[in-house]
Amino acid sequence: MTVIPRTAARTDRERLTRAAWLVGLGVLLLVLPRLIYPVLALDILAWGLFAVAFDLLFGFSGLLSFGHAAFWGSSAYVTAYLLGQGQSVPVAMLGGTLAALALAVPIAFLSVRSAGIYFSMITLAFAQMLSFLALQWTDVTGGENGLQGFERPSFLGLDFSDSVTRYYFCLALFAVGFYVAYRTVRSPFGQSLQAVRDNEPRAQSIGLNPVRFKFTAFLISAGLAGLAGSMYAFGHGVVSLEVVNWRTSGEVVMMTLLGGTTTLFGPVVGAGLVLLLRDVLTTANLPVGIVTGLVFVATVLFFRRGVVGTLQQWRRR
Amino acid sequence: MNTQLLLIQVFNGLVNGAFYALLSLGLAVIFGMLRIVNFMHGALYMLGAFTAFALGQAFGLGFWPSLIIAPLVVALIGMALERGLLSRLYGLEPSYNLLLTFGLTLLTQDLVKQVMLSQYAVSSAPYTPPPALSGVVNLGFVVFPKYRLFVIGLSLLICLVTWFVIEKTRVGAIIRASTENPMVTRAFGIDVSKWVTGVFGVGVGLAGLAGVLAAPIYSVEPYMGAELIITTFAVVVIGGMGSILGSVVTGFAVGVLAAIGAALYPPIANTLVFILMALVLLVRPSGLFGLPEGAR
Repeated sequence: MTVIPRTAARTDRERLTRAAWLVGLGVLLLVLPRLIYPVLALDILAWGLFAVAFDLLFGFSGLLSFGHAAFWGSSAYVTAYLLGQGQSVPVAMLGGTLAALALAVPIAFLSVRSAGIYFSMITLAFAQMLSFLALQWTDVTGGENGLQGFERPSFLGLDFSDSVTRYYFCLALFAVGFYVAYRTVRSPFGQSLQAVRDNEPRAQSIGLNPVRFKFTAFLISAGLAGLAGSMYAFGHGVVSLEVVNWRTSGEVVMMTLLGGTTTLFGPVVGAGLVLLLRDVLTTANLPVGIVTGLVFVATVLFFRRGVVGTLQQWRRR
Repeated sequence: MNTQLLLIQVFNGLVNGAFYALLSLGLAVIFGMLRIVNFMHGALYMLGAFTAFALGQAFGLGFWPSLIIAPLVVALIGMALERGLLSRLYGLEPSYNLLLTFGLTLLTQDLVKQVMLSQYAVSSAPYTPPPALSGVVNLGFVVFPKYRLFVIGLSLLICLVTWFVIEKTRVGAIIRASTENPMVTRAFGIDVSKWVTGVFGVGVGLAGLAGVLAAPIYSVEPYMGAELIITTFAVVVIGGMGSILGSVVTGFAVGVLAAIGAALYPPIANTLVFILMALVLLVRPSGLFGLPEGAR
């Protein structure tokens, strides 16, 4: 799944580019709620982190998970449920994230031993199973109605009924999540992970255990997807069956691909583009599914580097 | 549970199994030859049902002509997509073709939804089985809808014919050889890529046929293939993507097992297939009939 070859040695110029991206994206995210309405900005944060989590697995480990909605969705449900039970915001969000992580253990165990397309089908199937569970377990999930109207009690003087406050609270969490992903990728663990991705037999011959690396990467990715899902539930105030739907798993793939895999910044950009596009289409009353389907197909066929990947390539020339 | 109820469940399970078998058979044939997983399979199944419905609306064609024409239409559409789009990605990771067919699924479903809404002002439409197949059959020990028996019989027949063609004929030998080792097959003077499009057409044609068969049972609806294809993926993982016969046997077996399980404990109806998949993965990661990685 290599799109851009990476080496351990980095030039000053690369470091500069990275810093420029970091500052650019950071400033954009800081002013975002002034540019678009805050709930949409919150969505971009949550989906952005979700896509970063996905990129960790797809881009850096070469594992195309088609069931990441399982972690995003389970966390969203647990967060909303705990808030509904009167828990505080940090407890609810932590509970959601841990739930996603706990769910990831058996799924990762059963899926990482399978390679390629098998892995995709297995993750997709498990996510579908969870989606059926969410439909049937109405006491907890609200079934077709979903969960809504749950409290978001103030915390440390932060009034969460204000969407802008919610946004900046989530931005802090987003920064933490992004940093975790960033450190993971740059660490020796991340380098080994990419070695496993690029050439499994060779990685094995130098003493790396591919299954263990993939398993750990899966857990980190699922945990971050869980954090993103709890941000979504908290930010949005509504959780419905949509969050565990197979289309959600596909959507995060699309965001990552459109923004650029193995770039970490790309998935955030991709999430922003997809959500803005969807917002424009819905407002204009245009068929959302057809246009996003077309964008998806066009991206896979002609634009596999994605926005950020393409920009990076131009700079290298 | 009494025997009669159990028998009815077994029959219902065979009907579900018939659809799993037809779809996973098509997936297996395509995977064998092209090494790609066709996510679009569910959407093409839906397109088969929709085409039958549209043919009836436009030309007054009934079930029988549609049963022939609709799968052919689906096969042609599939072949055009394979030539025009899928073939562009053959040099890349197989994941990209999964993604491409996923995007095409979103596109197809919403296009059909638009057409159904704008042309016929419905979001889902019933489809009546032919008069000859309506009503029930008294099998002596149990009474069962005639049409459903027909579905079981026809899909069994088609699966057998496909198996026979692949295992016993010269065409099948070429397909098997191309599956096993395309390089060597080319060296024997056989143009493998020429066969790829045809095999893809047959595979998706089977999906289209399953769609027409499904139309009278479930009604025609743009998203009818979405969940079915994911369940079929689980069936494929259970069976392992190695053998044609394996995919058929697994399809029917999983259908029956899931139906019996659902009768014993109803809440488990939707999830049992996935639990079975988890169990099989624990014991045999490459599936019941699949070869371990590296063995092919």
